[in-house]
Amino acid sequence: MSEYLITGIVIFVLATYLGAQLIGRVPPTLHTPLMSGGNAISGITVVGAIIVAAAGLGWISTVLGFLAVVFAMMNVVGGYAVTDRMLQMFRKEEAK
Amino acid sequence: MISPAIERLLYLVAAVLFITGLKNLQSPATARRGNATSGIGMLLAIVVTLLELEILSPAVLIAGLLVGSAIGWWMARSIKMTSMPQMVALLNGFGGAASLLVGGAEFLKSELRGEAISVDTGITIQLTLLIGAVTLSGSLIAWAKLQEVMTGKPITFPAQKVFNALIFAAIVGLSAYQLYTPDSLLWPFYAVCGLSLLLGVLLTIPIGGADMPVVISLLNSYSGLAGSMTGFVIQNDVLIISGALVGSSGIILSQIMCKAMNRSLANVLFGSFGATVTATGKSAAGLTVKSISVEDAAIQLAYAQSVIVVPGYGMAVAQAQHTVRELAELIEKKGGTVKYAIHPVAGRMPGHMNVLLAEANIPYDKLFAMEDINSEFDNCDVAIVIGANDVVNPAARSDPASPIFGMPILDVDRGKSCIVLKRSMGAGFAGIENELFYAPKTSMLFGDAKASLGKLVSEIKQL
Repeated sequence: MSEYLITGIVIFVLATYLGAQLIGRVPPTLHTPLMSGGNAISGITVVGAIIVAAAGLGWISTVLGFLAVVFAMMNVVGGYAVTDRMLQMFRKEEAK
Repeated sequence: MISPAIERLLYLVAAVLFITGLKNLQSPATARRGNATSGIGMLLAIVVTLLELEILSPAVLIAGLLVGSAIGWWMARSIKMTSMPQMVALLNGFGGAASLLVGGAEFLKSELRGEAISVDTGITIQLTLLIGAVTLSGSLIAWAKLQEVMTGKPITFPAQKVFNALIFAAIVGLSAYQLYTPDSLLWPFYAVCGLSLLLGVLLTIPIGGADMPVVISLLNSYSGLAGSMTGFVIQNDVLIISGALVGSSGIILSQIMCKAMNRSLANVLFGSFGATVTATGKSAAGLTVKSISVEDAAIQLAYAQSVIVVPGYGMAVAQAQHTVRELAELIEKKGGTVKYAIHPVAGRMPGHMNVLLAEANIPYDKLFAMEDINSEFDNCDVAIVIGANDVVNPAARSDPASPIFGMPILDVDRGKSCIVLKRSMGAGFAGIENELFYAPKTSMLFGDAKASLGKLVSEIKQL
């Protein structure tokens, strides 16, 4: 068993717990932007996708890497842009 | 270009930026800044990764980055706010697809080079393939249901659960075989991918349209988990952290949705709610509804001191949010107050109604969650229900035979009067009759929600 597996499990468990603490306090009015913002964050797979696409190990891994980069970037750009578009609509009542 | 230690620390900075961004989502006032913070974290992670590569196939890589960004940008700009559930469903699927592809490429790389894959890497690759593929195909089915490309009704067949369990067992068996066979085989890999895609479809088709808030939240969680598993495969901390954050976010949202329907997650996923029309609820025979003219409804609203608007999926379908705001402004001009009561499962995803009302420029401090506004219905002159049904059905409180008994509802029936905007007298989801429509205090205003609201607006203007 590699050493990283244990490190990874530790990180995973702590981050899950942290996530639960953070998300539990997000008000219901922001649940949709929370989900699309979460989509953007899960676009972090782009890091793995870039490594695969650039590895230069023959056409299969290049094609798979290219597609992975495309999908992950759709998540990153689409997720952040649509979340921003939603959040800029949320406003407080102006003082009259 | 940069040492692995520095690289790892910079990824950690990116992770902290994601966490700060999520923290800022705890208030609408800071949320937009939070989203930008999170975006900076992402940019940092991408730049660090690119710097790390010494030789690359730049054309393919750059093309991928540009194509993905362009499509994502176009989607984000062109999507209608009413279609936000479809957008999130697709993004969930893309996340699954990206993880599936990275996991697949890592596997093929080692197999083609004839390298042995260690058992723990092998397990994480198989998990990435399974979760990524289920997320991808499940999300596409959820999208098709939301877009009404396919029926929103549950699709069931005999021995469905047994069949799904067998497929899952086959995936586990093939993965184990792949891990322990000394031969370099590709067919179990393809079989695992194919069966996992099939499993995603089979798990999503028996879930009805109105249960989509739970499914989307859960798939959101899976897409995060798939990212986390990819992090284990390529041994990258920031992927594990980000994936875990999104994974727990999706799970919490699913729980909130389930609680708001008084059902267990297992019941939502495997119960095929609404597949058969239940005859246990009270029937409407012998009851009459009272319909109201636009003129009378307008007078009632114009002179109301306090009005509570209850939006539902029908408002989204009719794109009526802007007309709702016009009506509310008129009532306010006449001296009344208008508040909005939002049930957690109103619409097709968590927070769907809030986004639509925000789009119509309604301030968020007028939107109230169920537990905060329920006590106010007692003193409310008129409650207007716009395209909501099950979430205002008093049977959930009073009729133990009703399929939705026990579900927390908005206590619209406790107000002084209630106007329900509804297209026709068709029963709601699962064919449950709604006693509210037959109550003496309730008047029905039939017609398309947007058209009815428009008529109310012009009528009140003439008063």
